[in-house]
Amino acid sequence: MATVDHVQPRPPSARRIRSDKLIDVAYRLRAFGIVAALALLIVVTSVVQPRFLSGQEVNFVLGNTSIMALLTLGEAMVIISRNVDLSIGSVLGLSAYVSGSMFGRLHGVPAGVAIVIAFLVGIGVGAACGIVNGALTTIGRVPSLVVTLATLYIIRGIDILVIGGGQVVASSLPNAFFQVSLKNFHNVPYLMCAVAVVIGIGAYYMRSYRSGRDLYAIGSNPDAARLVGIPSGRRVFTAFVLSGSIAGAAGVLWASKYGTLDSTAGSGYELQVIAAVVIGGVAIFGGSGSVIGAALGALLLNTILAALYVGGVSPFWTQAIAGAMILVAITIDRLISLQLTAALRRRRSREAA
Amino acid sequence: MKRPDLRERLRPALRWETGLIVAFLTIVVLGTEVSNKFLTQGNLFYLCISIGELAIMTLPLTLIILTGEIDLSVASTLGLSSAMLGYLVLHGWSLGWAFVVVIVLGVAAGLFNGVLVTRFGLPSLAVTIGTLTLYRGLAVVILGPNIVSTFPQRYTSIGVNPFGNTFLSWSVVFFLILAVIFGVALHLTPFGRSLFVIGQNTEAAIYAGIRVKRIKLLLFVVSGIVCAFAGILYTFRLSTAVQDNGLGLELNVVAIVLLGGVSIFGGKGSIVGVVLAVAVYAALQNALFLTNFPQRAFGIVTGCLLLLSVLVPNAGSFVRRARAAMRRREARSRPAVEVS
Repeated sequence: MATVDHVQPRPPSARRIRSDKLIDVAYRLRAFGIVAALALLIVVTSVVQPRFLSGQEVNFVLGNTSIMALLTLGEAMVIISRNVDLSIGSVLGLSAYVSGSMFGRLHGVPAGVAIVIAFLVGIGVGAACGIVNGALTTIGRVPSLVVTLATLYIIRGIDILVIGGGQVVASSLPNAFFQVSLKNFHNVPYLMCAVAVVIGIGAYYMRSYRSGRDLYAIGSNPDAARLVGIPSGRRVFTAFVLSGSIAGAAGVLWASKYGTLDSTAGSGYELQVIAAVVIGGVAIFGGSGSVIGAALGALLLNTILAALYVGGVSPFWTQAIAGAMILVAITIDRLISLQLTAALRRRRSREAA
Repeated sequence: MKRPDLRERLRPALRWETGLIVAFLTIVVLGTEVSNKFLTQGNLFYLCISIGELAIMTLPLTLIILTGEIDLSVASTLGLSSAMLGYLVLHGWSLGWAFVVVIVLGVAAGLFNGVLVTRFGLPSLAVTIGTLTLYRGLAVVILGPNIVSTFPQRYTSIGVNPFGNTFLSWSVVFFLILAVIFGVALHLTPFGRSLFVIGQNTEAAIYAGIRVKRIKLLLFVVSGIVCAFAGILYTFRLSTAVQDNGLGLELNVVAIVLLGGVSIFGGKGSIVGVVLAVAVYAALQNALFLTNFPQRAFGIVTGCLLLLSVLVPNAGSFVRRARAAMRRREARSRPAVEVS
């Protein structure tokens, strides 16, 4: 400290503010890029095949997007804090089965109440899993990649043991429960609207609340975050509990959407969600990106898959293209961040001169 | 001067491997206790056959994790090479040329990963999640809904016949040979030592003149080749090529490597540990198979082992931290008088 004492403390100059703005603009451009890609995709596909804009198709895409977009919210929060939650697919499967099988035990209870109970149970299951993940990561000081890889297996195993040979069949679920994911307003599922609201709340939280900003700070530099007094452990723990609860809620929605449930529900879904988050511009090592971007990533992924299908591309190509998209997205992110660093450095050297 | 330093560094690793040996022996004892079939030749052969390809894929991944990177695309590379082999055989290629093409494909898959990671500077976790999807997708494109099972019996017998008169399967024999090669390369050559340096401190490695990028690129290519080879073995074992061969195996491979005491942050681990972890994993899976434990719920065991493997080495620091926290609390409850 003593060596720099003679340096005048720099006032918050206009230049400094501008460089912050530059970063802001870059990230806004990144989100804008997804929207532009989405718009371009929709225009091109609907020109080639007008059926793409039919109500049925829109409903299909939005229906598929809603659950994935909801999951990206929790996953994005965890990834922004430089962690990862690989267990969400398993949590979703367990929650879907447990909540789905609740209805068999709730005979005579009005359907509305039963649905609320199912959601509470599902979210509870998810929160419990999130608590385990969070505790092992923060108290056990084990890298979350390993923790959630382990709980991915353990929770799926528990799911298999709980289910045994049985499964939940669609006929055991009340009709009102299916309406949760089916009901739509001019082909826009109500579910999608609800998910959009939840993501909006999440985005506001991440943007404007101190605990939300802390997640970014932890993600961009964990040691520095600890030194400035951010309760890193508590924040990361909360992110995991939220991610688990969201996966639990998504499990109930999964049950409502698919009806028939066995022990494979949602297996492998975690990598798709992470892919959507990455496509949406959240850096895999944390510190940057937004939950809205992540949700848009989910929308873009699903739209591309639907566009390929409608455009008559063999469905065998979908997975390869999804993979290529992830690579393109992270390459673009890398280029943006390199450009940004270079621009900031230029600006700083100009400032120094 | 050198000697205590080396021993110091080897001590934690040795402890971990001893633990694995104890675990392995316990499983064998309990296994024979549970079922008298456990140590029969037929069962041991079954055990070998069920682990072979998985075991082979752990070796290159060990080196990659040691340098602080990760490759999640291993199982998709296996699937892609299996699909390619099926496609070529379906189109009347001779097997010799098909092998060449498949191995070249493995090189290409690894090279692609490696170039993206080392030359573009992208995080390997994200890259290989992408190529995990991409390579599996290409396997689907190549083979579509086809199932190819017209492989000459001379080759498929490699998959289902034991090696000579032993209980070892061919895949396990290949694994053991590769394990010796990888073990020697890792522990007895300057190249191997450099991997540890890269994993512990990449910057120091660069300043020491180690060609970090080139080495990492090479490791990804080796991973591609070895996984393509595992794909060939996998295809012959099932004598079928379908697009979802080896689906989801990547996480098992990662789990075994970590169970072998390799640190996910890089810089720590050994081939011996990973070989022992393979043995523990296979023996446990097999022993549980002989009981009434539902085979598909084996993931619970894998997961718990994985958690143990990372929590046990942390236990010491955990106790220390708890003590420190308690001391702090005590200090806080006492009035502060020692301020000068």
